[in-house]
Amino acid sequence: MTPATSEQPRLPHCMTVTTSEITVSAQGLSRRFGARTAVDGVTLELKRGEILGFLGPNGAGKTTTMQMLTGNLAPSAGSINVCGVDMLDAPLAAKAHVGYLPETPPLYRELTVIEYVDLAARLHRVAKSARGAAVAEALAGCGLTEVAKKLVGTLSKGYQQRVGIAQAIVHKPDVVILDEPTVGLDPNQIREIRNLIRELGREHSVILSTHILPEVESVCDRVVILHHGRTVFADTIEGLKKFHGGRILQVGLRNPPAPDVLASIAGVARVEADGANGFRISFAEQADPTDALVRRAVEESWGLYQLVPAQTSIEEVFVQLTRKDEVAA
Amino acid sequence: MIATIAGKELKAMFSAPLAWVVLTLLQLILSFGFLKRLDDFMQVQAQLMQTPNAPGVTELVVVPVYATCAIIMLFAVPLLAMRLIAEERRNQTMVLLMSAPLTMTEIVLGKFAGLMLFLLLIIGITTLMPLALLAGGRLDFGLLASVILGVALLAACFAAVALYASCLTAQPITAAIIAFSLLLGMLLTGETASDGLRERGWTVPAALAQVLSPLKNFEAFAKGTLDSYSIVCMLLLIIVFLILSVRRLDAVRLRG
Repeated sequence: MTPATSEQPRLPHCMTVTTSEITVSAQGLSRRFGARTAVDGVTLELKRGEILGFLGPNGAGKTTTMQMLTGNLAPSAGSINVCGVDMLDAPLAAKAHVGYLPETPPLYRELTVIEYVDLAARLHRVAKSARGAAVAEALAGCGLTEVAKKLVGTLSKGYQQRVGIAQAIVHKPDVVILDEPTVGLDPNQIREIRNLIRELGREHSVILSTHILPEVESVCDRVVILHHGRTVFADTIEGLKKFHGGRILQVGLRNPPAPDVLASIAGVARVEADGANGFRISFAEQADPTDALVRRAVEESWGLYQLVPAQTSIEEVFVQLTRKDEVAA
Repeated sequence: MIATIAGKELKAMFSAPLAWVVLTLLQLILSFGFLKRLDDFMQVQAQLMQTPNAPGVTELVVVPVYATCAIIMLFAVPLLAMRLIAEERRNQTMVLLMSAPLTMTEIVLGKFAGLMLFLLLIIGITTLMPLALLAGGRLDFGLLASVILGVALLAACFAAVALYASCLTAQPITAAIIAFSLLLGMLLTGETASDGLRERGWTVPAALAQVLSPLKNFEAFAKGTLDSYSIVCMLLLIIVFLILSVRRLDAVRLRG
């Protein structure tokens, strides 16, 4: 990840700038609670129209980082810059660019949905003339128009989560920060919320924290993995998949030759036995041995019955990254 | 912005039963006391007529109503104020305010204004009783205005202290207990200290101790005296506790 944005011009409003401009930039963000360091030197930046997945096991410092990015918690060290405004120097101006859905949605159960979203719009200083339209748009965007007159406290958890998102986007912030937005939802609701997040990603920058890995694969453009408060990985989704180091073929042979024979095929980097007849063959990115493998299998009657490119799941990368860290520590 | 938060607080207060219970009980107690005193006044009215410079109906009937109102508020304000910050922290809704482009001062003043509007409503409803006497007589409007101002300032003192107590904890009940202890402690120490210190001729400490004794300051208003020192004492107490609240919330943001 490229480090600094200090040379980035200090712009009062993001609206006026092109799509490639950086909306959030945090440098060397740290937070200590007494002797415990929850977040240690996290650096991240995000461009307009990007969805950043914030990944990590429980207690990795995701929520703490988000609290700092939204000005809810003062960092012990480091700087946060939102749309060219420093969060510590000018918190009000910076907060105006941010919409935040914390882990527990901050809902007032005694208000109706429309009253609540209207309150959020007022608190974010949406001009009176634009407020009605902004509220209606946020409700429509989150699929809440039908329940607008219901009390927030009577809604199901999925709808409450949407109310929380509506609250975070009603003032059309440049940056939307969502802390585990799909926790505790059923699969249908999860899919709806993910679609909503993808929608958001078109106009806003979105930071999304989660420990659900497929969510990152399906929604995000870029990934930051935190572990014990440190960044252990930061790159695009493609980069994350590549990071795993080459690709893997899952091969099944009825009459397998010795592993050395397989390893001798051009392009094969490593052969792992997977049961009696199965093999996992790793190869470098540019040298796909599939054709050669099939030819040899036919020529030498290995009895090839399975040939599947094994999915390099983020899960493996994740486990590898976080375990490695533990060993190092 | 302050008005938005105040409006939200008022709405939240009226959507919970506590506000209605307080209003009802207060009205019951005050009207009972009011009628009792009015009845007593009617019985001694003939004798009072013969006494030169005798106290009137405003002094004998109306002022005690506000005095009772003040005592009830001593108990009611901690309960009404306990949820202001503590409940928002417990329900984790404080994040909505903290993430919005608001200063801590705006948040605190908004909360304080919301509670004050409710307390002014209580005082307004109380005032309907003396005004009903206008149907059959006259009132000392100067004294009435003075006692209303006094009870409003007293309510603001209680509200500021209780709001600060609500910033100290995330448990509303704990906040109420802290607020009540603070208020009671302040009244007792302020009262005894200022008298004791004055007797010994220590006027400056006595004057400072008076700041901590809003109920003592209220006494001047109840006599119809607009004592500027009492007003300053009460305003000082309100401002100090509002500033303490702001600082306390800032500390929450810093310390987490």
